Amino acid sequence: MNRIDQRFAALREQGRTALIPYITAGDPAPSHTVGYMHALVEAGADIVELGVPFSDPLADGPVIQKACERALKHDTRLTHIFDMVREFRRRDSETPVVLMGYLNPIERLGYRQFSEQAQAAGVDGVLVVDMPPEEADELAPLFKEHRLQSIFLVAPTTSEARAATICAHGEGYLYYVSLKGVTGAATLDVEAVDRQLDVLRKSTDLPLCVGFGIRDGASAAAVGRVADGVIVGSALVSRIAEGAERPEAVADSLKAVLGEMRQALDA
Amino acid sequence: MTQFSDLTRLPDARGHFGPYGGRFVSETLSFALEELEKTYQSLRDDPDFQAEFDDDLAHYVGRPSPLYHAKRWSRQLGGAQIWLKREDLNHTGAHKVNNTIGQALLAKKSGKPRVIAETGAGQHGVATATVAARLGLKCDVYMGAEDVERQKLNVYRMHLLGARVIPVESGTRTLKDAMNEALRDWVTNVDDTFYIIGTVAGPHPYPMLVRDFNAVVGREARVQSLEQIGRLPDVLIACVGGGSNAMGLFYPFVEDDEVAMIGVEAGGDGVETGRHAAPLTANAPRGVLHGNRTYLMSDEGGQIADTHSVSAGLDYPGVGPEHALWKDVGRVRYVAANDSEVLEAFRELTHVEGIMPALESAHALAHAKMLASTLRPDQHIVVNLSGRGDKDIMTVAKIDGVEF
Ligand SMILES: Cc1ncc(COP(=O)(O)O)c(C=O)c1O
Repeated sequence: MNRIDQRFAALREQGRTALIPYITAGDPAPSHTVGYMHALVEAGADIVELGVPFSDPLADGPVIQKACERALKHDTRLTHIFDMVREFRRRDSETPVVLMGYLNPIERLGYRQFSEQAQAAGVDGVLVVDMPPEEADELAPLFKEHRLQSIFLVAPTTSEARAATICAHGEGYLYYVSLKGVTGAATLDVEAVDRQLDVLRKSTDLPLCVGFGIRDGASAAAVGRVADGVIVGSALVSRIAEGAERPEAVADSLKAVLGEMRQALDA
Repeated sequence: MTQFSDLTRLPDARGHFGPYGGRFVSETLSFALEELEKTYQSLRDDPDFQAEFDDDLAHYVGRPSPLYHAKRWSRQLGGAQIWLKREDLNHTGAHKVNNTIGQALLAKKSGKPRVIAETGAGQHGVATATVAARLGLKCDVYMGAEDVERQKLNVYRMHLLGARVIPVESGTRTLKDAMNEALRDWVTNVDDTFYIIGTVAGPHPYPMLVRDFNAVVGREARVQSLEQIGRLPDVLIACVGGGSNAMGLFYPFVEDDEVAMIGVEAGGDGVETGRHAAPLTANAPRGVLHGNRTYLMSDEGGQIADTHSVSAGLDYPGVGPEHALWKDVGRVRYVAANDSEVLEAFRELTHVEGIMPALESAHALAHAKMLASTLRPDQHIVVNLSGRGDKDIMTVAKIDGVEF
């Protein structure tokens, strides 16, 4: 079984909600990323989403845009990110790692090369923000061949018909975007999310994880009551931004933010 | 059957032009794009909609635009006859308004009270602000901070028209970044906002509908050529940024095998220097940005490359997906004109014909100038004079060292 499916099976047995942190690889510099990943796991992460920096991150707000800029100052590329995952795997063979990013870097590397290298490095899933299932017919089979799970987004604007298509193609978990907007926005409506998740559950058994707008223990707990997992990005990335002068100290700060969410979810 | 007859049947149902185009967007926008596609499909063959569009083009834009025989310039160059399709004479001064009139009608049908746009040279922003004023729609225009600086006149025009211009400080602070920010706005405000994209790029159905709205340029030019030249022209030339004015001129001629077509990209300091905005000419790798797959300037890691051009309207790392296909199948030849050649053509047309072209259009003129002298006087070139140069006076003055 894939690490992601394994993790959700275990969580389900324990009756716990998945906590999924996102950080951008190479932010503020490539040498820090693996340490941050371990710190996130120590603070209770169930899955780590590692952002692939892109010059034009269309779905992201200013916080993650700036993270991409910091990472790209060091020319952080997919090949470096595979090295990071490989290094992470030396100490952690269990925590699933999902790469999240935009299609162009993958397109430039080549779909097959990407799939081979991601698998070899120990990546478990891939979420390509600007590749809906309709455009995935070349890449999805390659992901399957290399045991990489295709993770797709569902949005508040997704129609029921589209949701069914996405559920049919999705693997690992569904990433429900809690609001109309870019990452880092702050107008999450838990009741609306709950209603949408209810609709989705009719067409899928996949775990439903919610991202966008989760910033602290309270919002994590509120979403955790209705979802199978909560995804937190900008709240962590802004800690990295604040600590960019002293990146060694950031790991503790990440642990504090995520640890609070873990506690709130498990309470 | 002509060699290229199947090119008029594109895009396919999923918005693909061969390997190009498509709808590469994050999920939140999928629904809005499906809705837009449905709205457009239902209206494109609706006689009432077409009549309203044609009426606006005639009485508000001032179409048809003339096909002008640049006799003096042709004689000076000593070769082919050069004809100028005078899109500069349209209301607001460029071809861009053809598309904004069309999309504004779609916005009206969709009932959304707000429109947004991205703009480079400011011409599309002005055209959008203009139709928004006329329809009483709220209008926000995203513009790269560098372009706000080099196109000040158009920025103030948009203010006067009641639009808000939002300078974009991220990335390279040009057209690509303006489009990023407009897309982010659209994701956030998709319920009440219609996004008027200004060129034949973006996710499906934009490349198709922007093409269709601009195709009036080529339809007129075809009729005018038959009337004024007595036959179809030998060559069509247009500048290519995203590619909407070129697409508009070329599309109605695509099945006329005897008509050669040349798209002129921004050569900047020279394609060989790497400082340019000519993805087709430079054979940039395939890539995905702003919702479609196309030729796209990026580095080895897949990060979008910086572009360079004296003209803000062509300063874009990608190109409309239909042009990408037309390059591959050999229907259109794509070349580049360098900044210095462009400025020379700008000055020359102004002096010799009393017509001041936009710096974008001057790219097409620069190539026409070179080509004309290699052809015979009984051969005919139609150049799309996509816009007027008033907006560029400050840029040229600065190059001349003149301050106001
Ligand atoms: C006068 C003029 N011509 C051409 C362009 C380039 O756009 P496109 O390639 O879509 O025609 C612009 C864009 O701003 C313009 O203002």
